[in-house]
Amino acid sequence: MTETIVVRDLVKRYKGAELNAVDGISFSVHEGELFALLGPNGAGKTTTISILTTTLAPTSGKATIGGHDLATDASGVRRTVGIIFQKPSLDLNLTAEENVRVHAILYGLFPYRPFFSLMPIAYRDRVRELAAILGIEAEMFKPVKTFSGGMKRKLEIVRSLMHRPRVLFLDEPTAGLDAASRHALWDYLREVRSNTLTTICLTTHYLDEAEDADRICILDRGKIVAEGTPAHVKRDLTTEYLVVDAADRDQLRHELAARGIAHRETPLFEIPLDGVGAHALLRSIETPLSTVRTVAPSLEDAYLKVVARS
Amino acid sequence: MTRSWELDAILALAQRDLTKLLRDRARIITTLIFPFIFIGALGGSLQATVGRSAGYDFLVLTFTGVYAQTLFQTTAVGMISLVIDRENDFSQELFISPISRYTIIAGRILGETLVAIPQAIAVIAFGLVIGVPLSPLVLAVLIGAGLIVAFFGGAFGVLILAFLSNQRAANQVFPFVFLPQFFLAGVFNPITVLPWYLDVASRLAPMRYAVDFVRGLYYLGSPDYDRVVIQSPLANLMIIAPLFFACLAIGTFFFVRAERNR
Repeated sequence: MTETIVVRDLVKRYKGAELNAVDGISFSVHEGELFALLGPNGAGKTTTISILTTTLAPTSGKATIGGHDLATDASGVRRTVGIIFQKPSLDLNLTAEENVRVHAILYGLFPYRPFFSLMPIAYRDRVRELAAILGIEAEMFKPVKTFSGGMKRKLEIVRSLMHRPRVLFLDEPTAGLDAASRHALWDYLREVRSNTLTTICLTTHYLDEAEDADRICILDRGKIVAEGTPAHVKRDLTTEYLVVDAADRDQLRHELAARGIAHRETPLFEIPLDGVGAHALLRSIETPLSTVRTVAPSLEDAYLKVVARS
Repeated sequence: MTRSWELDAILALAQRDLTKLLRDRARIITTLIFPFIFIGALGGSLQATVGRSAGYDFLVLTFTGVYAQTLFQTTAVGMISLVIDRENDFSQELFISPISRYTIIAGRILGETLVAIPQAIAVIAFGLVIGVPLSPLVLAVLIGAGLIVAFFGGAFGVLILAFLSNQRAANQVFPFVFLPQFFLAGVFNPITVLPWYLDVASRLAPMRYAVDFVRGLYYLGSPDYDRVVIQSPLANLMIIAPLFFACLAIGTFFFVRAERNR
C-alpha cells in the first residue's frame, strides 16, 4: 500500500525554548488510513500537524505528503492537504458562505464571482450539500461573529472538505461539538474515506474516536511512546481480566492464594488473564461465585497507562 | 496553477477587505472626515497666512499632497490587517492555501487600495467644493496616478510590517514612520528648497516620490510647475517602480519567514 505521509526524524524547537516541542519523531501513514496522533496537552501533536501542513518550519528532519517534499515542494503539499485547525481560522466579519467562497477560490475550485448567486451551480450545490450534512444550511448567509463555538467548528469542517483533499488533517475536529454533530461528522468522514480513499490524520482527546483508527501514535513530550493499531497498543499495554466475587469472600480469597492465582481486590476480585483462558480459570475455582465477568480494557486505559509510564 | 486562478484569488482577497469596510460604518465615517480636516483646516490656514506671499495657491498644493498621502498611507497602514489576521488565526487559512505567497500579499494590497479609494473620492469631492480646478482629463490622470501610489504604499506597508510581530507594535511604529513623512514629503508644505540634512531625510522618505509624482502630473503645463514640483513624473515613476518591487519582494519574504519560523 502506498505511503501517503512519510515523516523522518522530525524535530521542532521553538525560538527561545529549551526543549524540543517535537523530538525526532518518525512515522508513516498509508493511503486511505485513519491515523490518530494522541497525547496529553503539549505533547507536540499540533506542532507536528502545523509542520506537515507547511504553516510551521521544522528545525530539522524530512517529511513528504502525497510524494511532495515539505522542504522543496510546499505548494504541492498544500494542494494535497486540507486541514481543520484547532483554533477557528474564520473571518468573523464575513458570512459563513463568504468564508467558504474565499476558500474555494483560493484553492482554484471555482472562478471568482462577487456574489453567491453568480457562482457556478456546482459550487452552490456543494455548499448546500455540505451545510445540510452538518445542519447549518439556515446559517450559511449569517455573519460568523454571530455563531456559537460549535457552529464555527461545523463551518470549518464544511470549508475544509470543499476541495476534496487527498490528505485531511483534523486537529481536534470535534472539540466543542454536541454528540449529534460529532456522529454526523464521523458518519460523513467514513463515507468520504470509503468513496475517495482520503487519508485522515487526526488529533483528538476523545479516545473513542481513535478506537476507529487504523493506527494510532501516542506522543509525549515530543517523542513517540507507543505506536500501532489500537488493538496492538491495548494488547501491549493492558491485559484483559476476569472480575469475580463470591458470597463467602474469605473462602475465595484463600482459594486464590492457595492456587497462586494473582489478583487484586477493588473490592471485587480482579484476575489478570494474561494468556490464560477465562473458561479454564473459572473451572479451576471451586468457591461458588456470585459475580463473573470479563473486562477488555479500552484505548483510554492503554493511553493513561502509557502516558503515566512515560 | 493558472494565471487566472491567481487573479481570481487576488480579487477574492481584495473583495474581502472591501466587504469588511462596507460593513463598518464607524470606519467609513472616520475615513471620510480626515481629508476635510487636512485640506480644509490645514490648507485653508496656510493659504490665509503664507499662501499669499508664496505666489501660488496653498489649497491646491495641499489638495494634491493630501490626495497622494491619503492613498499611500491608507493602503500602507491597512496592511496591518495582515498582522490582525495572524492574531485572529485567519492567516492560517490563507497560508495553507496552494496559491503563491506573493498572490496573497498582492490580494491584500489591492484590497487595501479599494479601501483607500472612498477616502480618495472624498478628497476629490472636497477639492471640487473648495474650487480646486479639476478637468475630466486631470481627474482621469489623478485616478490612474492614485492607483500607482496606493500599490506603492501597500508594498511599503508590507515591508514595515514584515519586521513587526503584533498589532500593538504596528500601531506604535506606524505613526513614527508616517508622521515625519508628512513634512519630509511636502504634503502641506513646499520642499523645493530644504537645508541639506532635511533634503537627505526627504529623499529617504518614500512618500516624497508619491506626493511629487501626483503633484507633477497635476501641475504639468502649469506656470506653478517649477515652484512646487521637485522632479518630473517620469523620474518619480523610475524610482517608485523598483522601490515597489523591492518592498514587495523583501516584505513578503520576511513576512512569510516570520509566519513559519516561530
